[in-house]
Amino acid sequence: MLELRNISYRVGDTALLDRVSLEVHPGEVLAIVGANGAGKTTLTNILSGKKTPQTGDVMLDGASIRSYEPSALARRRAVLPQFSNLSFAFTVFEVVLLGRTPHQTSASVDAEICLEAMRVTGVEHLASREYPTLSGGEQQRVHLARALAQIWHPNGDGDRYLFLDEPTASLDLAHQHHVLHIARDCAKLGLGVMAVLHDLNLAAEHADRIAIMRQGTIAALGSPDDVLTSENIEAAFDISVMVTQHPHAACPLVVAVPEEDIDLRLAREEQALNETIQQLLNE
Amino acid sequence: MNGSPSSLSALRLGRSQPAASTHEASAERRYPLGLNATGILAALSLLLVVVSVLAAGAGALPIPPGDVLAILANKIGLGTGPSADSRALQYEMVLTGIRLPRVVLGILAGAGLSVAGALMQGLFRNPLADPALIGVSSGASFGASLMIVLGSLLPGFLASAFGSFSIAIAAFVAGLIVTWIVYRIATHGAQTSVTTMLLAGIALNALCGAGTGTLVLFSNDNQLRDLTFWSLGSLGAATWTTVLVVAPLTILAIALTPRMARALNAMLLGESEAQALGIHTERLKKSVIVLSALAVGATTAVTGLIGFVGLVVPHLIRLSFGPDHRLLLPASALLGATLLVAADVLSRTLIAPSEIPIGILTALAGAPFFLWLLLRSQGGAWGGSARGGGAFAGARGSASGGKGGFTDA
Repeated sequence: MLELRNISYRVGDTALLDRVSLEVHPGEVLAIVGANGAGKTTLTNILSGKKTPQTGDVMLDGASIRSYEPSALARRRAVLPQFSNLSFAFTVFEVVLLGRTPHQTSASVDAEICLEAMRVTGVEHLASREYPTLSGGEQQRVHLARALAQIWHPNGDGDRYLFLDEPTASLDLAHQHHVLHIARDCAKLGLGVMAVLHDLNLAAEHADRIAIMRQGTIAALGSPDDVLTSENIEAAFDISVMVTQHPHAACPLVVAVPEEDIDLRLAREEQALNETIQQLLNE
Repeated sequence: MNGSPSSLSALRLGRSQPAASTHEASAERRYPLGLNATGILAALSLLLVVVSVLAAGAGALPIPPGDVLAILANKIGLGTGPSADSRALQYEMVLTGIRLPRVVLGILAGAGLSVAGALMQGLFRNPLADPALIGVSSGASFGASLMIVLGSLLPGFLASAFGSFSIAIAAFVAGLIVTWIVYRIATHGAQTSVTTMLLAGIALNALCGAGTGTLVLFSNDNQLRDLTFWSLGSLGAATWTTVLVVAPLTILAIALTPRMARALNAMLLGESEAQALGIHTERLKKSVIVLSALAVGATTAVTGLIGFVGLVVPHLIRLSFGPDHRLLLPASALLGATLLVAADVLSRTLIAPSEIPIGILTALAGAPFFLWLLLRSQGGAWGGSARGGGAFAGARGSASGGKGGFTDA
């Protein structure tokens, strides 16, 4: 199990994270949602070891991740960055192959794994293209393949984890769902998946648990049904929403309702009520 | 939680477009002439040997390649024994006393500068980075100027202890000190910021330039001439002693870099990505800086400033064979050695018996080539397509206005 224990991270006087505790379990998809500046990225950075918190610690199977050898950690935990600034002309295949850096496997094994990972994320046909020439969405799927190749096989060390930082940011609708299906399937295969998402409905549909972040704390944590209430969302995002049932999936569906619409709706409801009363009075 | 952990091979396949290439070609990069990485290195090694033999033969007393090889074979005990012929004796003296140390120094300097360039470009994640960025060259330059202009003020025992090496020693030491200062400025706690290092390097380069300029102000005509020629570079100081001084540091740097190749590849993705891939990034940065500073410092101390080799050679290799450091580092060493040995032949034969400083030649050939690369990378009006524009995609990020250039995000 991967665990954030009582993490605080401040820059100057501002607490970006304030005594946050959170667990990522093997076999689940945990979605992190929250408004801009709520602390999602800081949380991911701390979880992936990029930033060190002032207090608290990140624990993997009960031991601080700082006590792990970096390559041993890398064999268990892959990170898909929000974007990656690679201007060198690696081919797509070579970029995916970088995912095998922490492994001492043979070149043929590495190549086989990378080809499979590229098939999974649908970038196999781009294998010999130069990475800088790809579109943003294609680049993101290349990096997903790289992250998958990194933790492709179970190894004796323990459970594997996949961190996705806004994995759907530059993807079209079909690929957004495809990527989250991959995350879902990874969880089914025993991985612990944590994804920072902006789209509440993608989170509702694909996550086992959702953590809503607000001002550096976790404001709500639990199943989509429990967490995605209009009160929670309005408090975290400062926007009025309606939460209904998804027409096809067994999960909530969040619809933003701008303020003026609410006034209009209230006015209509009031009018309808008045009419009913009038009718009743007339009878 | 959901049964035993398994391989991700069980993942469903994505919606890949029908692939034209996957069946007929492997996903591996295809190199020119159908060579593989080993073949490329073998070809470059052969080129280096051929150029070196020709270079050893070229000069005021031309020695045919056959004789060069025969003398070399004799030296290592493979030949027919020394010839008593007076011409052969003369050949041997010129070759072993003058030409060979110069060729070997050229090989060491070219290889060291090119490998250092490749390392810097990897570290700064910028294909246009140069070994001079960390201050080693300008520091060496300042140290050399200091010794040239103020060396006579040295206490007598020091001057006699260092002898003719005093300038080289001053240059080497000053180069390392400046690099160390740059590194210290950029390091907080256990972390080194590559961006700060770049900026600190620029500032210290300027400071060293000012120092050197001030010394120029106080120099007499002879010193000024020495200074100028030092800053233009030359392999003229080559003796077996200088070779023995430069060789260990340069060879150490070149020998240790292949172990860093995979880590440098990961580093191209960005520092945090490299960390997530299990790389000790701080350790890597330190090794890269130390090895580059040693190689460039030792070379520059003996040869003076030789520009553009460290910049252009790794570039050429990347253009032809891609950015993989496992091939880039050794190939840069071989090509850099070859080019510098060739440039030195031109430098000492074109206007013989005078010499053209080799730095002039490398700049004369390197700068236009570099400009051509820049223009090509911009695409559009200057030719070269902007997207999918072949192998030069490498420099696009930084050449087009610095976006994606010097960041350590």
